[in-house]
Amino acid sequence: MFRPVLILGAVIALAGCTESAGRAQSSSSEPASAAPGRGKGYAHDPFPSTYRAYPGTPTLLTNVTIFDGEGGRIDKGSVLFRDGKIVAIGQNLDAGGATVIDGQGKYVTPGVIDIHSHLGDYPSPGVEALSDGNEMTGPVTAEVWAEHSVWPQDPGFSRALTNGGVTTLQILPGSANLMGGRSVTVKNVYARTMQGMKFPGAPYGLKMACGENPKRVYGAKGRMPSTRMGNIAVDRATWAKAVEYKRRWDKYEDKGGEPPTRDLAMDTLRGVLEGEILVQNHCYRADEMAVVMDMAKEFGYHVTAFHHAVEAYKIADLLKANNVCAAVWADWYGFKMEAYDAVNENLAILEKEGACAMIHSDDQNGIQRLNQEVAKARASGIKAGFDISEAQAWRWLAINPARALGIADKTGSLKPGKMADVVLWNGNPFSVYTRPQMVWVDGALLYDANNPKLRPVSDFELGQPGEGDVK
Amino acid sequence: MIRTLLLAASATLALAVPAAAQTVAITNAKVVIGDGAGPVEGGTVVIRDGRVVAAGAGVAAPAGARVVDAGGRWVTPGIFAGFTRMGIVEVDAVEGTNDTSAGSSPFNAALDVTPAVNPRSSPLAINRLEGVTRAVVAPDNSKGSLFAGQGAVIDLGADTGAVARPRAFQFMEYGEAGARAAGGSRAAAYAMLKNALFEVRDYIRSPASFADRGKDALLTRADAEALVPVVQGRMPLLVHVERASDIQTVLGLKREVPGLRIVLVGATEGWTVAREIAAAGVPVIASALADLPESFEQLAATQSNIGRMKAAGVLVGIGTINQDEARQARWEKQFAGNLVALRRVPGAAGLEWGEAFATITARPAEALGLGDEYGSLKPGRRGDVVIWDGDPLEIGTSAVTVFIDGVEQPMTSRQTRLRERYWDPKEGPLPKAYQH
Repeated sequence: MFRPVLILGAVIALAGCTESAGRAQSSSSEPASAAPGRGKGYAHDPFPSTYRAYPGTPTLLTNVTIFDGEGGRIDKGSVLFRDGKIVAIGQNLDAGGATVIDGQGKYVTPGVIDIHSHLGDYPSPGVEALSDGNEMTGPVTAEVWAEHSVWPQDPGFSRALTNGGVTTLQILPGSANLMGGRSVTVKNVYARTMQGMKFPGAPYGLKMACGENPKRVYGAKGRMPSTRMGNIAVDRATWAKAVEYKRRWDKYEDKGGEPPTRDLAMDTLRGVLEGEILVQNHCYRADEMAVVMDMAKEFGYHVTAFHHAVEAYKIADLLKANNVCAAVWADWYGFKMEAYDAVNENLAILEKEGACAMIHSDDQNGIQRLNQEVAKARASGIKAGFDISEAQAWRWLAINPARALGIADKTGSLKPGKMADVVLWNGNPFSVYTRPQMVWVDGALLYDANNPKLRPVSDFELGQPGEGDVK
Repeated sequence: MIRTLLLAASATLALAVPAAAQTVAITNAKVVIGDGAGPVEGGTVVIRDGRVVAAGAGVAAPAGARVVDAGGRWVTPGIFAGFTRMGIVEVDAVEGTNDTSAGSSPFNAALDVTPAVNPRSSPLAINRLEGVTRAVVAPDNSKGSLFAGQGAVIDLGADTGAVARPRAFQFMEYGEAGARAAGGSRAAAYAMLKNALFEVRDYIRSPASFADRGKDALLTRADAEALVPVVQGRMPLLVHVERASDIQTVLGLKREVPGLRIVLVGATEGWTVAREIAAAGVPVIASALADLPESFEQLAATQSNIGRMKAAGVLVGIGTINQDEARQARWEKQFAGNLVALRRVPGAAGLEWGEAFATITARPAEALGLGDEYGSLKPGRRGDVVIWDGDPLEIGTSAVTVFIDGVEQPMTSRQTRLRERYWDPKEGPLPKAYQH
């Protein structure tokens, strides 16, 4: 229990909560009435990460163009990493005994982060038996955790690594439900267990959804919600209960007495109200996002990011004012009504207006080309008259998603002290002709285009046609 | 606002000009013919009466032609999208706009997409803006039949007639989707197919008595009639198939019915039987970047599929079956570019630039037997020509000017209108609804 409590404490501190974590224990002789202390009434991390960085060689990449992930660019630059951490970036760095890789003509970036993936819970092969992303039995299933569905043998993880340079991803429940459950953030490193992939210290997310999906799924079952107003009514009724649940548990944890009845769904929502769990909200239409932001204010929580957000550009100023991010595609449109008003300049307009914006895939193929999606979005913006540099655009798949996942202190840029999640590209990653050449996760070389032994092969693909093939 | 109005007016004027009769010479161009060769600098493309007359270096602009100086930019045939469902669905999830399949219809092979194609559906304008000028449009099948119906080749021109070549092919599902439709197994799919061919021969022998067959008949008279040109080799049969053994089964069918002009669609595992496909002379319209075992019939999936098939001598173009095919044909440029990228990945099989470009121009047209009409700038082909501001396979390159059948096209869509309206998202002196 020691470590999880520490993690929780750290997250609360990040969220700006002023509540003191360790209340003085009651001096009462009756243990039943002793106050456990805020956040200590029940386990917050019962499935702890067992991820450990693989061993790496101290490495100096030289003679490369660097996008640092926070908007900086260094030409003829170097990146030095050792013991799993970035040591330095700059020009003319001293190798200090590290292995030197001359990357003449190549580019180095932090590992790509995808904030919206269903690898593992909607894996390949896409058979019914492995489709575990939507608990479509009720519109509010805040008690389910995507990590309990994640199949760590999904072949998609390997493609995301080797073709996409993806080193971190958030795996979300689907969008059938208003509150679909908790997300999990993982390092893109194969393991025998989900816990073995789990990003140490990353906060949970709560997947919420507005719009067509919940009302269609439950309307078809003849139950609420069958309309958008039904969506919001069920959301609000649930948040009202969550506020009450939080009040009772706060009181118990602060003052002791009889513990309130546990409710796993409410645990999640209490975590959101505490700022410990981040809301990742599937929502397409501008008007609906505005309603959701008001609802969040009503109940005292914050929406970290709207996902898909096809109409985010229409309310870029409003998103900025509310400090809410938008995670979007470059050019998906029209497959359903709420995606009808897409424009290729969504990211560019958000950036132009100063709103927090990022790319996402929501797709096992798209995740392999997020660099190209960012290139498309940037080019569309430039054509329309908003000039954004490559280095600035790279934030859309680096520091911005890292912030929206609550892990920006650990990864998402090439700053000294951060995880050495690094991609060496064989050219400019804004070009269609470029692919990852080497990918390191926590300083461990886990993909090398020149070494077939460094192509991950999931259990599922072992002994099958195409095993170990270049993909 | 004034600027927008002017733009709209000029677009309308461009349309009103009887440009098909016009002769256009695009000079000072970096010309790509589309047949697999690389670009040629300093070229000229001449279009007359809606068709290409000449293209390449050393071509002179005819007297009286409208001369368009390309300023050294790339000029290529428009993208010929190898397999789409553009124009027959506006919004997938809005049933009334979705004419891709007809689960309650008594007909299958007889279904013809021609009356379903809507030239004003928004994906046509959106893709036209990005240099897509022609598309293969296929219906989708429904439970109870392998045959989806007759597809068309459409143009993406901003006019009222999109269907350029009606009933250009018959489309059918085999493999998992076919098995599901036929009753639950590949054996059932194969039996259904054989039975259909048998019934069509029956129909050919005696059309008049066909209506009086027994209850085991599965084809309506109209379906049988629609399949006659397939059996007689006058109409290509596009078959969606992924698994290697299914590909072999379909190739075997060609031996049994020698007239069949089979074209494979999808063909994820094609590379594992590439020599057999090449030997059978069967072209492929492949999914370019499918590299996941998304089903058990795609276990050998790799992005090197097209490169390896090409190396084995297969005629292969790119299509987008099951890849948002109702609206994202524009992605084919990016897909083809990725195939070039593979040339620098050790162990992978990619394509040279010229051949990659041909997979989205000449090759899919040739696969359908329409290479004389579409897909390249060889003399006599339709005047589908695009001027680009860079390498058309590179991300960020835009189509600057698009000609379809020799007619210069407007470069707006509802997406560009939305962008103009919301470029500054804040409300102005009047609501956004008044900004147009």
